Amino acid sequence: MIAGAPLALRADTKPILIAAGFVLVILAVGTAYTLATQGAATLLSPAYLIQQLQTGAFLGLVAAGMMLVILIGHIDLSVAWTLAAAAMTATAVGGPLALPAGLAVGVAVGLLNGIGVAYLRVPSMIFTLGVNAVLRGLMVAQTGGFAPQTAATDAMRFLGAERIAGMPVAVLVWAAVSLLTAGLLSRTAFGKALYGMGNSEAAAYLSGIRTRRVTILAFVLCSVLASLAGVMLAGYSTKAYQGMGDAYVLPAIAAVVIGGTHILGGRGRYLGTVVGVILIVLLNSVLSIMQMPEAGRQVIYGGVIIAMLLVYGRGAPTRS
Amino acid sequence: MADAALSTAPRAARGGTLALRLRQNAGLLGAIGLFVLFYGVYNLYHPRGFSQQVLIQNANEVFTIALVAMAQTVPVILGGLDLSVGAVMTLVNCLASHLVAGGPGEIGLGILACLAAGTAFGFLNGCVVVYGRIQPIIATLATGAIAIGLALFLRPKPGGKLDADLSWAMTNSLGDFAETYGLFGDGSGGGQAPWFQPIAGIPVPLVLLVLVAVGVWMPFRRTLTGRTVYAVGSAEGAAFMSGLPIARAKLAAFTMAGFFAGVGGLFLAIQTSTGNADIPQAGAYTLNSIAAVVIGGTSLLGGTGGAVASVIGALVLRAISFNFRIFDIPPLMQPLVEGLVLLAAVSLGALRALRTRNRLELFR
Repeated sequence: MIAGAPLALRADTKPILIAAGFVLVILAVGTAYTLATQGAATLLSPAYLIQQLQTGAFLGLVAAGMMLVILIGHIDLSVAWTLAAAAMTATAVGGPLALPAGLAVGVAVGLLNGIGVAYLRVPSMIFTLGVNAVLRGLMVAQTGGFAPQTAATDAMRFLGAERIAGMPVAVLVWAAVSLLTAGLLSRTAFGKALYGMGNSEAAAYLSGIRTRRVTILAFVLCSVLASLAGVMLAGYSTKAYQGMGDAYVLPAIAAVVIGGTHILGGRGRYLGTVVGVILIVLLNSVLSIMQMPEAGRQVIYGGVIIAMLLVYGRGAPTRS
Repeated sequence: MADAALSTAPRAARGGTLALRLRQNAGLLGAIGLFVLFYGVYNLYHPRGFSQQVLIQNANEVFTIALVAMAQTVPVILGGLDLSVGAVMTLVNCLASHLVAGGPGEIGLGILACLAAGTAFGFLNGCVVVYGRIQPIIATLATGAIAIGLALFLRPKPGGKLDADLSWAMTNSLGDFAETYGLFGDGSGGGQAPWFQPIAGIPVPLVLLVLVAVGVWMPFRRTLTGRTVYAVGSAEGAAFMSGLPIARAKLAAFTMAGFFAGVGGLFLAIQTSTGNADIPQAGAYTLNSIAAVVIGGTSLLGGTGGAVASVIGALVLRAISFNFRIFDIPPLMQPLVEGLVLLAAVSLGALRALRTRNRLELFR
C-alpha cells in the first residue's frame, strides 16, 4: 500500500479501470436499447445522468462509511436500521434540531458497534446484526410499526431533494464526503492505520497504533454516514418509513467490493467505491428501463458481481 | 482448538478428561442450558404444555431454521460464510411447489430432484469459491442473488400445491405417518403394530432432523474430507503443507450447505404446501442461521464447532419466540426483545476477551 510502489498501485488501479469500463458498457447497451425502442439516446442526456447521481448519492454515502469498516477487516450490517432510525428520529424531533438529532443517532450506534467489536471482541458480523435487530425493535416499538406521520424538515428537504444551479444538493454532499474520505484514507495517520489493521491487526498494534480507538472511530464514521444518508433520504421522500435502509446494505457492500476493496480488508482505493456505486445504480436503472422482471434483475446482479470478481478479485492460491 | 478433531491419537491418549471436554464445549453446553431454560419455561406456562400436540407444532416450526443453521455451519467451520443459504432454501422451496405432486413415483422423483437442485447449487458455490478463488462471503452474496432470481422465475407469485397426504404425514406424528401410508399395520389399520406404539407419538420432523444429523453430518465429519474442513478453518496453510485435500474439502463444505438448505426448503414447501419466493424471508433465514451458529458455540473464525450445536442454537432462537406467545409480550415489543436476547447471547462470548491476560492473544 505504499505510494510509489508501482506494482501495488497497478494492482489497486486495475479493478477501478475495469469497473469504469463496465459502466461505459452498461451505458452503451442501454443506449442501444433506447435507440432501438424509442429512437432517442435518453441515457446520455444530462438530466438522466444527474438523476442517476441523485439516486446514487444515498448509496454512495452508505458505501463510503462501509468501506472504512471493510478496510479494517470488519463489516457493519447495522447500517440498514441506523439509516432508518436516524431518519425517524430526525423527523420526530423536527425543527432546527432534526439534523443534529439524526446524526447523534449515528454517533451512538457507531460507539456501541465499535465498543462491541473492539473491546468485547464479538465478531462484527454478528454484533452489528444484533444491534440492527435492537434498533429495528426500538423503532417498531416507537412508531407502532407504521411510517411515522411527522414530515421531514425544510433543512432535510434541502439536503435531500433540492438543487443548486441544476445540481442536486445530495450529489454535492456526496462529493464533499467523497473528497474528505479520499483525503482521510490517503493523507492521514488514521487512514494508514485502517490499511495497516486490515493487513494485520497484531502488527498494527505492535507498531503502536491504538487499534481499539481506530476501530471505534471507523464504526462511528460508518454509522454517521449511514445516518446522514437516512436524514437526506427522508428529506428526498418527504418522510421516514419502515425498512427504508434495507435496500442499502448489500448493494453498499457490493459497491465497495466491485470497486476493488478486498472484503477481508487492507486493500482498496476510495475512487473504486465511487465507481462501484455508479455501476450498481446504472445497472439497476438500465435494467428497469429495459423492463426486466425482478427475477432477471437478481440473476444479472449476482452474475455481474461474480464476473467482475472473476476478472480482478481472485485471491492467491493456497501455498504454505 | 481443532487439533482434537484432527488428532489420530487414540481417544484415551487425547487427554480426554471430563473437565477438558466440558471446557472445549462450553459454548454448546451454554446453548443447551439456554434451550432447556426457555423451552422448559414455555412448556410450564403453556396451558397444554409437555403435550404431544405442542411438541409436534414446535417441531414443525423449528425444522427449516434448524436445517438452514446446519447448512451455515459447514462453511463457517471452513472459516467462511455462506450468505446464500436462505436463498437456496427459497429456491428449493419454489421448485418443490412445482414438482412434489401427482402419483407416488412423481412425488419421489420430485423430492429427489429438489434435493439434487439444492446440492447442485451448493456445489456451484463451492466451484466459485475454489476455482474462482473469490472470498466465500462475497461469492455467496452474489450466488444468493442468482438463487433468489431463479426462485422468482419459478414462483413470481406465491402459490402451488403439494401432495396433501405427504404434507399431513410429514408434519404430524410417526403414528399419523404410518396410518397415512398403511405401514406397520396389524390388520386393523396402519400404525397399529404393538411394537410401534411406544414411538408412534414422536413428531416426524424431529425424526427427520435426527436422521439428517446422524445419517449425513456425523459420518461426514469423520471422513478425511470432513476433518480437512476443520483443518482448513483452523490453519489453511498448515493443512495445505500436510497434504490434505483442501479443494475437495471446500467443495464438499459448500455442497453440504446446499444439501442441508435444500432439505430445509423442501420441508418448508411440504409444511406450507406452497412455494414462496419471499426475498425478506430468505434474508431473515440467512441472518438467523448465522445467529444460530454463533449461539451454538461455533466460532465464526472457523475450525471449531459442529452442525448439531447449530441445531441447538436454532432451537434456542425459536424457543425464545415461543415464549412471546405465552407471556403476551405486545407484538410491537417482540423485535426489540428478540434483538436484545440475540445481542446478549452473542456477547457472552466476550467473556473470553475479558479474561485474556495478553492482548496479542486476541488477534487472530
